[in-house]
Amino acid sequence: MNAGQAVSGKRQIFGTEPFDGDLAMRGYALNAMCYSFNTKDNRDAFAADEEGYMAKFELTDEQKAAVRNRDVLAMLDAGGNVYYLAKLAGILGLNVQDLGALQTGMTLDAFKAALLSHGETTRRAAA
Amino acid sequence: MTQVAGGIFTSHVPGIGNAIARGLQQDPYWKPFFDGFNPVHEWLAREKPDVAVVFYNDHGLNFFLDKMPTFAIGAAAEYRHEDEGWGLAFQRPFAGHPELSWHIIEQVVASEFDPVTCQSMLVDHAVAVPYELCWPGTEEFPVKLVPIAINTVQHPLPSPKRCFDLGRAVGRALKSWKGGEKIVVFGTGGLSHQLEGKRAGFINKEYDHFCLDNIGPNPEALLRHDSLEIVELAGSQGVEILNWLAARGALTGDVVELASNYHVPISNTAAATVLFENREFLPA
Repeated sequence: MNAGQAVSGKRQIFGTEPFDGDLAMRGYALNAMCYSFNTKDNRDAFAADEEGYMAKFELTDEQKAAVRNRDVLAMLDAGGNVYYLAKLAGILGLNVQDLGALQTGMTLDAFKAALLSHGETTRRAAA
Repeated sequence: MTQVAGGIFTSHVPGIGNAIARGLQQDPYWKPFFDGFNPVHEWLAREKPDVAVVFYNDHGLNFFLDKMPTFAIGAAAEYRHEDEGWGLAFQRPFAGHPELSWHIIEQVVASEFDPVTCQSMLVDHAVAVPYELCWPGTEEFPVKLVPIAINTVQHPLPSPKRCFDLGRAVGRALKSWKGGEKIVVFGTGGLSHQLEGKRAGFINKEYDHFCLDNIGPNPEALLRHDSLEIVELAGSQGVEILNWLAARGALTGDVVELASNYHVPISNTAAATVLFENREFLPA
């Protein structure tokens, strides 16, 4: 298989990398670690010893560095899937607005304001 | 005679679950979304469905990437929600309907679909939040659940047409069911939103209105875009509209919109709730 062709054949979407087989392979260890965070005992174990917990799940050096640096874009580059990363974000005290601000380089207030700038309520009811 | 009475289509943002847990329904931020459920509550009180068939996507509670089904149908006697990583678990269990589940499985396989079958299955916020929205505060949920999970997480995703056709196959299965129950179909998720990457916070109201205007009278219009085009139009998570398309496919009668509520933003999401009546067995 020619990986270059496979990559070049992907649809380009601004600021978006669909989570496909390449990312699923690259991110497996990181996502497996995050999946374990469904259990509170595991969240506590990570909080108590991040390095030991990452080693147990055999994260790659790139994944470990991204987690150490709280660098969400680097976690995505390392194959992290946002639904699993959201479980890690919870441990770090970050909600999806915090994540949005971190990824877009905006302040939290600016990110929230950008969402509110779309503000609309449209309601229909049958007669 | 078994009757598919209608469809409830709604966003399932986890933050809605938090707002419910904290009693924020009347809070000015949340009220415009929760008010969209008033007509749903009236309809449910009037129709009293016995069964809910719910098309949704799992976000890493029941399924991990080690085994990721494109389509999965629950066939358990009971389902539970559990902690998804942020400490919130809704306590009311979801009674299942394994006999109907297996009938649906038999029928959709006969229609050449190949779902994973799950006799044990956790359901995440994509089922739990819509249930909490529809039946707040009841002792137990008044419907039996058949959950149908669609992969909207790991590409390649099923095509919009495949999801719609799966829904149609489920709709045919429901019509041939001899149980005589009244059934409501759910499609959960959407509308436009994107959580990750430099495009995080993406909202596309034009595409959302296109979906809201067409999903009832002309669902085929949504099939003109493939799944990656929907990612581009609706955001990485906006592709959850696939669940709506499957649910719409299961409404095989004369579909009439009774209520629609579109409210932006809820968390990072353009949220929507739509109630359809499915006039299949009702007198004209």
